[in-house]
Parts: sequence; C-alpha cells; structure tokens
Amino acid sequence: MKKRIWVFAEYVNCTLDRVALELLTKAKELASGLTGETEVAAVLLGSRIGSTCKTLAEYGAEKIYLAESDELSLYNPMLYAPIIAELVQKEDPDIFLFGATAIGSELGPTVAAQLKTGVAAHCVDMRIDENEHLVASVPSFGGKILGEILCPDTRPQMASVKPGIFVQGEPEEGEAEIIRVDVSGIKADNLPLKALSLEKKEIEGVPLDKAEVVFCGGYGLGCKDCWEKLEKLAAIFGGAAACTRPVVDEGWAPGEHVMVGTSGKSIRPKAYVGFGISGATHHICGMKDSGLVINVNKDEKAAVFEVSDAGAVADLNKVLDQLILKLN
Amino acid sequence: MALKIVVCIKPVPDPDYYDKVSIDPVTKRITREGIPTIINPVDKNGIEAALKLKAQYGGKVTVITMAPPNATENLKEALAMGADEAVLLSDRAFGGADTLATSYTLAKGIEKIGGFDIVFCGTESADGATAQVSSQLGEWLGVPHLWSVFNMEASSEQCLRVKTKAENGFMEWDIKLPCLLGVSRELNKPRFISAMGIIKAKNKPISIWGKSDLDVEDERLGLTGSPTKAGAIFTPDLKRKGEMLTGSAEEIADAIIEKLRAAGVNIPTQGDACSIEGGAQ
Ligand SMILES: Cc1cc2nc3c(=O)[nH]c(=O)nc-3n(C[C@H](O)[C@H](O)[C@H](O)COP(=O)(O)OP(=O)(O)OC[C@H]3O[C@@H](n4cnc5c(N)ncnc54)[C@H](O)[C@@H]3O)c2cc1C
Ligand SMILES: Cc1cc2nc3c(=O)[nH]c(=O)nc-3n(C[C@H](O)[C@H](O)[C@H](O)COP(=O)(O)OP(=O)(O)OC[C@H]3O[C@@H](n4cnc5c(N)ncnc54)[C@H](O)[C@@H]3O)c2cc1C
Repeated sequence: MKKRIWVFAEYVNCTLDRVALELLTKAKELASGLTGETEVAAVLLGSRIGSTCKTLAEYGAEKIYLAESDELSLYNPMLYAPIIAELVQKEDPDIFLFGATAIGSELGPTVAAQLKTGVAAHCVDMRIDENEHLVASVPSFGGKILGEILCPDTRPQMASVKPGIFVQGEPEEGEAEIIRVDVSGIKADNLPLKALSLEKKEIEGVPLDKAEVVFCGGYGLGCKDCWEKLEKLAAIFGGAAACTRPVVDEGWAPGEHVMVGTSGKSIRPKAYVGFGISGATHHICGMKDSGLVINVNKDEKAAVFEVSDAGAVADLNKVLDQLILKLN
Repeated sequence: MALKIVVCIKPVPDPDYYDKVSIDPVTKRITREGIPTIINPVDKNGIEAALKLKAQYGGKVTVITMAPPNATENLKEALAMGADEAVLLSDRAFGGADTLATSYTLAKGIEKIGGFDIVFCGTESADGATAQVSSQLGEWLGVPHLWSVFNMEASSEQCLRVKTKAENGFMEWDIKLPCLLGVSRELNKPRFISAMGIIKAKNKPISIWGKSDLDVEDERLGLTGSPTKAGAIFTPDLKRKGEMLTGSAEEIADAIIEKLRAAGVNIPTQGDACSIEGGAQ
C-alpha cells in the first residue's frame, strides 16, 4: 500500500505559514527513506486560497486536500479538527506533520486526541528507522535533554515542529492533484466557541527568520536605551535585533516575536552576536543552529562562552558603542 | 453564579536548575538530584485566574495533579495561595503516561470531582514542555477549549471573552462555559503566599485517588495507554571552540567585525549607514 506523509498547511489571513514549506521539504526527505510507493500531501483549510496550491506543489506536495469555505476563513479548532480527523480516518496517512505555531500547537494535539494517536512535540530532528517508523527527537528540560519519541502502533504518527527548525528547500516545477473536501455543510455559528477576529502586528525592520545577522541582547543590557542601541546596530547591518526572555519581561524589547528560545523563535542566521546573555539552555536551544556565534559578557565564567565560537569578557555597553561608532 | 473551577497543576523540577540536568551514564535515566520540585510556573497563572474569578462570582477552586505521592507539598502551596481543595491522582498504573494518557487520567479525576464550569491548564510544563495536555484534556472532557490565552474577561454569565496568541498577533474569541483554557504567563501576576494562607491551608482537604477510585479503562492509563513510546535519550553536544577575544573595547569591536566579515556577513560602509539613518549624505 502507498505510504502517505501529510503536512498541515496553515493558511491564515490569506498567507501560507512558511513552516508548511519547511515541513514539505522534510516530508520529501522522509519519503525517500520509506520503501515502496510514497506520497507527500498537504492539507489546506481556509477561504480565498488563491495561488497557495501552486506554492505547495512547488515545494513537494503531490496531492492537496483542500477544504475551502468562507466559514473557515478564521481558524476555529471546533471546525478545523473534526474536518481533519475525518479526512485522516478516510485516507489513513502514515505520518502527519504540523507546524508548532500558535495554531498548530493547539490543532495537532486536538486532532490526535480525536484519533487517539500520539504526537511527538516540537521535534528538532526526524528520521525513519529500520522498521520504517518515524523517530522524532523531542527536547525537554529547556533543550538540555533530547528524547527519541516513536508512535509504533497507532496511525498516523504525528509530530509538530517549530518554524525555523528545518530548512526550506528550493521550489521546483510541480503539479499537485487537488482533492476537494466537501465542507458545504459546516457552520461556524451556533458553536460554543466563536472566533471573532484576528489581529496582526506589523513587524518593523527585518524579520528575525530572514536576517543574515542577528544581534541578541540579554538581561545584561540593563535598560531600554541599551536595547535601542542594539536595534540601531542591527539596522546598520540590515540585520535583526533579538533578545532573551527577561528583556521581553522588562518591557525593553517590543514583544515575544523577537524572543529567541524554547518558548520563542528558533533562528539560524549566518552570524549571531550576543550581548549580556548568560547562556541558559532555554535560550541556547533557539539559536544553536546559527553559523558563527560570538558573545560578549562581563562574567568570564558565563556558560554562554561554552557554546560560542568566539567570546569577549567585556562591558557590553562599551563594545556596542565602539561597534556603532566604527560603522556609523 | 457560583463557579466550579478546576486548575491542573504539574509539579516540575525548578527550571532555574536545568543546566544541571544530565543523563546517568549507567542507568540512562534523567538525573534531577538536588533540584527542588516546584509548581510548574505558568500553572500559578491558572490558579491566579481561578482565584480572581472566584472573588468576582463566588464558587469553589479545586486544584488537581497527577503525580507521585510527595506532590502533596505542591498541592499545599496551591491551597495556601487560596484554592479550596486539592486532588492528587497517584497510582503506579498512571506512570509512564504520554500526553494522551495524562490528559485521559486528569479528565477522569475531574469527572470524579463532579462537574465544572472552567478548567484551567498552563500552556506548557517547564520539563516535558509538549504543550499538548491542555488541548487534549479539553477533548477528553468534551468541552470547547483554547490554548495560549493571555487575556480573559467574563462577557456574560455563561461566556468568556478571550484573547489567544497568534503568530505576530492575536485572536479574539467568545467561549461558552463549561470550557477549558490553557493560560500563558502574560495573563496575570500570580499572588504570593501569605502567612494567613499557610495557616488556612492546614484545614483544607487533599483527596488522594488511585486507579480503583476512578471510572477508568485500564488500557488507557500510563505506559499502556500511551501511543507514543520513548526511545533513547541524550544530551545534545552544543560545545563550540570558544576562542577569546581580548583587548580594549575598541579592539574587541574590531575583532568582532573581522569575524563577521570572515563569516560572509556584509559589513556596512559609512555610506550604507547614512542611507539607513535617513539618507542624510
Ligand atoms: C518554561 C521556561 C521557558 C523559557 N523560555 C525562554 C526562551 O524561550 N528564551 C529565553 O531567552 N529564555 C527563556 N526562559 C528563561 C531562561 O531560563 C533564562 O532565565 C533566560 O534565558 C536568561 O536570560 P539572560 O541570559 O538574558 O539573563 P541572565 O541569566 O540574567 O544573564 C545576564 C547576563 O548578562 C551579563 N551582564 C550583565 N551586565 C553586563 C554588562 N554590563 N556587560 C556584559 N555582560 C553583562 C551577566 O554576567 C549575565 O551572564 C525560559 C524559562 C522557563 C522557565
Ligand atoms: C524527554 C521527554 C520527551 C517527551 N516527549 C513527549 C512527546 O513528544 N509526546 C508526548 O505525548 N509525550 C511526551 N513526553 C511525556 C510527557 O512529558 C508527559 O506525558 C507529561 O505527563 C505531560 O506532558 P507535559 O509535561 O509535556 O505537559 P504540557 O502539555 O506541556 O502541560 C500543559 C499543562 O497541562 C497540565 N498538566 C500537564 N501534566 C499534568 C499533570 N501530571 N498533572 C496536572 N496537570 C498537568 C498543566 O496545567 C500544564 O501547565 C515526553 C517526556 C520526556 C521526559
């Protein structure tokens, strides 16, 4: 029988979340590790889908299950989960991948509970073993421990992956067969859960996941002015400013969308320069795949130096001032 | 309206010590020796939310955990914060549970408490951190549920107006009671325990229920009821060469620029910088 790998394509506010493309790239790779005939498919729900199917095909979807309805324009787990669970029961995929976005983190486990199957959470690596089972590496204890999680007996083997963990491949010419899912009968009204609105914040500057170089500030920044200095340096480079959790908590940084770590973003820029960061696993977990890693910290014993290619024991204020002075 | 509120709390090793967590080379188990067990930090936001609602509408707050017997200490802390009663689900048969089995067992415990208007969970635990129990518990309980709630107000007797996080934004919802909410740490600021709270907690009930106290299907419990199975565990090796840059701040800045250049980062020239600053050539 044909082995099927599915990817949930999250489509919100008329935009496809790019994690779907990262997952399709990974799904193709996993498919090549399975014997016999395989098929990579995307599951797409929403309204006004536009050219999204074409994009999904270019990144490896051979089939697209499309549930299109105005009732689905706003995400609602009470509508989305049963549609997906029913589709799974009909088609019986082997593997089903979700992006661990705000929506995917809720929808994945919800669908799994309806199907009584397992989900490997926030995987950082995936492979197919000798029994042709999916083996997923799951971080715990803030990334200090990795555990391999399998789902040997129930199907599908589900897994969630945070955006930025897997690398998105190059688009190729491709056509996908589109299977329309009949959702003509669904109604968002009368449910005990009603989605009222979705508000999107405009991101200023270069988004973290697109930046070649990221300047990351920790609690050692000490004040909002210093964060603004970091932003200025990032702007000079055309890069992005990021931070650790205390910097968000203190209100120095604009919000969690610039926070790196287990509960923030996972990034892999060409270079990462950190200032006043101690090196807690919760943070390191989100930046460990960066190319070059440099850290400035006044404490020579700071754990962050162990995970850096280069480090300097210095007052970050002085180094920041010098960098800005030299390049501005 | 008197509300029946249940808060799920998980005892976890204190995350401030996770740098010290390791794997025993002989037993291949995670060692967390000497690390104190605390209430999962974000679960305190759940307790706080429950106590606030109770203050507003009256009712009762029950905290529940599935954990080893010594978790009574953590339950006492929740009672000292102001919860009215506590339930500990503890049985060898519950051990080795993944999120599906954990949430099933919690659902059965909540069923035995006898009805609820709102169940609170945290978004995620500090240790396992799968962030799955909340939504899956909502499914087992058969009520509407939302995850990563950072804002909440009662919009009517039977309905809450809730905000949840979205990628670079948020969503707004109306959710009818009974429901389950997975709350994030931005929702509120958990209260501290008072001396009075500790004294009052001494007289509050803690029920301990095992498998035989619950109306459960054995094959849904613990390791047996877990569709996921754990394979090898390991600690990722993240060590890098750690070359030290020395000298004055200026020399360090120069060295950083050189390293960036060597790594292929575009080093801005004065002209580029000016154009970013608004084109004042
Ligand atoms: C469940 C959970 C999830 C979490 N998720 C995240 C996450 O996603 N991302 C995250 O970042 N954190 C996260 N955390 C928090 C994390 O555990 C650490 O507390 C945090 O990363 C520490 O941030 P920091 O290094 O900036 O601050 P600190 O640990 O306080 O370190 C500050 C450093 O600055 C140095 N310093 C001070 N002044 C100067 C100066 N003038 N010049 C140079 N150096 C200076 C100090 O020597 C120190 O090393 C999480 C925690 C929990 C419990
Ligand atoms: C290395 C490792 C990897 C793991 N990977 C997976 C995996 O990929 N998939 C999987 O299904 N399981 C996995 N597990 C098992 C999982 O950690 C347990 O099922 C755990 O009991 C619940 O999950 P959690 O800690 O991730 O909770 P989360 O889902 O992160 O917790 C969310 C909220 O649920 C409530 N809650 C959770 N547990 C309890 C409890 N025992 N009592 C009361 N309330 C609770 C709390 O309110 C908490 O804030 C893993 C465990 C380890 C050690």
